Amino acid sequence: MSEKHHIIPVWFFVGLLLFVYGVLIFISGLAELSHPPDTVLSNLHAPVWWGALLIVLGGAYLFLFRPGRNA
Amino acid sequence: MSPLLATFLAERLVRLSGVDLAIIVFYFLLVLVIGFYLKRFANTGEDFFLAGREMTAWVAGLAFVSANLGSLELLGWAGSAYQYGIMAAHWYWVGAIPAMIFLGLVMMPFYYISKTHSVPGYLKLRYGSEASFLSGITFAVMTILMSGVNMYAMAVVMKVVLGWDINFSIWVSSLTVGVYVAAGGLFSAIFNEVLQFFLIWFGALLIPIIGLIETGGWSGMVARIQHNFPGQDFTHMWAPMGSFANNPMGIHWTGIVFGLGAVQSMGYWTTDFLVVQRVLSAKDIRSAKLAPIVGSFFKMAVPLIVILPGLLGLAVLPMHLVPNAPHLAPGEHSYNEVLPLMLARYCGPGLLGLGITALVAGFMAGMAGNVSAFATVWTYDIYRPYINKTAADKHYVSMGRWCTIIGLFVSIGTAYLVMGFASIMDYVQALFGFFIAPLFGTVVLGMLWKRVTRWAGFLGLLAGTSSSITMFLLMQKVDPERWVPIFALSPYAKGLAQDMYQSLWSCVTCVVVTVLVTLFTKPKPDEELVGLVYSLTPISHEEHATIFHKPAFWGVVAMGLFVVLQIIFW
Repeated sequence: MSEKHHIIPVWFFVGLLLFVYGVLIFISGLAELSHPPDTVLSNLHAPVWWGALLIVLGGAYLFLFRPGRNA
Repeated sequence: MSPLLATFLAERLVRLSGVDLAIIVFYFLLVLVIGFYLKRFANTGEDFFLAGREMTAWVAGLAFVSANLGSLELLGWAGSAYQYGIMAAHWYWVGAIPAMIFLGLVMMPFYYISKTHSVPGYLKLRYGSEASFLSGITFAVMTILMSGVNMYAMAVVMKVVLGWDINFSIWVSSLTVGVYVAAGGLFSAIFNEVLQFFLIWFGALLIPIIGLIETGGWSGMVARIQHNFPGQDFTHMWAPMGSFANNPMGIHWTGIVFGLGAVQSMGYWTTDFLVVQRVLSAKDIRSAKLAPIVGSFFKMAVPLIVILPGLLGLAVLPMHLVPNAPHLAPGEHSYNEVLPLMLARYCGPGLLGLGITALVAGFMAGMAGNVSAFATVWTYDIYRPYINKTAADKHYVSMGRWCTIIGLFVSIGTAYLVMGFASIMDYVQALFGFFIAPLFGTVVLGMLWKRVTRWAGFLGLLAGTSSSITMFLLMQKVDPERWVPIFALSPYAKGLAQDMYQSLWSCVTCVVVTVLVTLFTKPKPDEELVGLVYSLTPISHEEHATIFHKPAFWGVVAMGLFVVLQIIFW
């Protein structure tokens, strides 16, 4: 995408967003393991595995599209 | 209190925790940082208005589909799914996929080869200034009004869902959008649309996942819906459309196939400059052809996060939602609230913040899309041809930046106007539809038939638009009982069904007038139409590319998948 301008790919920013959100959601999921929120099926602990998924995906995007990788 | 505001709850639906707020604040900071970072790259007109024409098919395709994935869209269609069932998915499948493929394979080469900056710009090259001016001025006005409507709708949702002050929401969101679009132009708008795409998917996908676990899968959901709403068919798309009276939309399959599939969706996806501009940013013609087809695969999946939550709402919500009305009784919820209700049902701290950020991002991307398209059409189709023809490129970039800021302030004014006179919102949304269906007739005839003349293009567009406005007034204002059965073919036809037939007849009017005027006027010489008309334009067909690199191959795959989905949910 950045042949002419050498712009940091948008995928890097996507990775940053997903990674930071993954960390925040994962930590909040761990914190509520002992005190589940008042939501339906909170016993599934969705924030833990959803946060982990975001961390993995975000981390992969950050690594693959980091600035200077193809420079 | 306006009717829109009253359609939601009087009290807030959810309360945010610290981690939710951190997620929202991080999003605002990131888009501002990206805007300032991209400013250094938006120096020429092509950079600012067309993102340098260097986007890959993936980025252009995601931005293309994302420009239409705003939060009004999400909330509204989830509500429609609750109201009409899976029939609402027609607007994502037959109402989008064939048109996207047609844009990629048939129309995109002409837009791209002609090097136009906009759809009115193509009309100027193909027909002349009359059709271009009519299209440009209506598009500029409607776009900026839509931006204001979007802004107001966001403020209302934030007020109702989170209890935020309406003025705070309007000013914070619009100033943020203004800063990053004025800085980076279409670069910023597209970057934000790609971010929004991921946010919406990761923010909303948990609803169908946990919802289907709760209901025990699709069959469990269907059984619960039948138990909650006995005798009503919410889970078949085509079967109930044999007659107008058999379905809650009051629509016949001809309305869906011809009104929605052949005219309205073709008009929207192939001539609405807001979405077409994203594809024009592609780096080469193969990417430009491929981008809408890439978008079509994602579009096919969107019902998973929009329509399915509405259906799950029918299955699991303890209360029955009610139509949007000026006054809801305490504890009552309207159809449009189904998505926030489902979000609050399944998502605790953190996940709730992600879902809310996805909604905010959707609204802001919608505003950014509108103001960036407005800045382009104003600068290239109104200011440059009619006000200042000979300025340097830098001057037009500067004009684009000022247009973004001015456009946002006009949008803010519109938002406050809508707050005072809520019925304006309905008119603005209806007005936008008046121009799209006939415009499709004008553009596609111009591309496929070299004989069509300058005046035929203009008069056809004018006649189609006028007929659309006339039908709207007769069916909505003058005498619905008399005119709805005539234009919409049945007294059972509801609002959406009326829109479909109104689009169909206005496009037919445009085509008939265009053909008749063509037969009595002098065509342009062939040499003026090279690169603009099918028979006079050499189009690359990627003969040397492997089959997996050919847009036509992926177009066929997308059509095949589309047909399979229709059969599964027949």
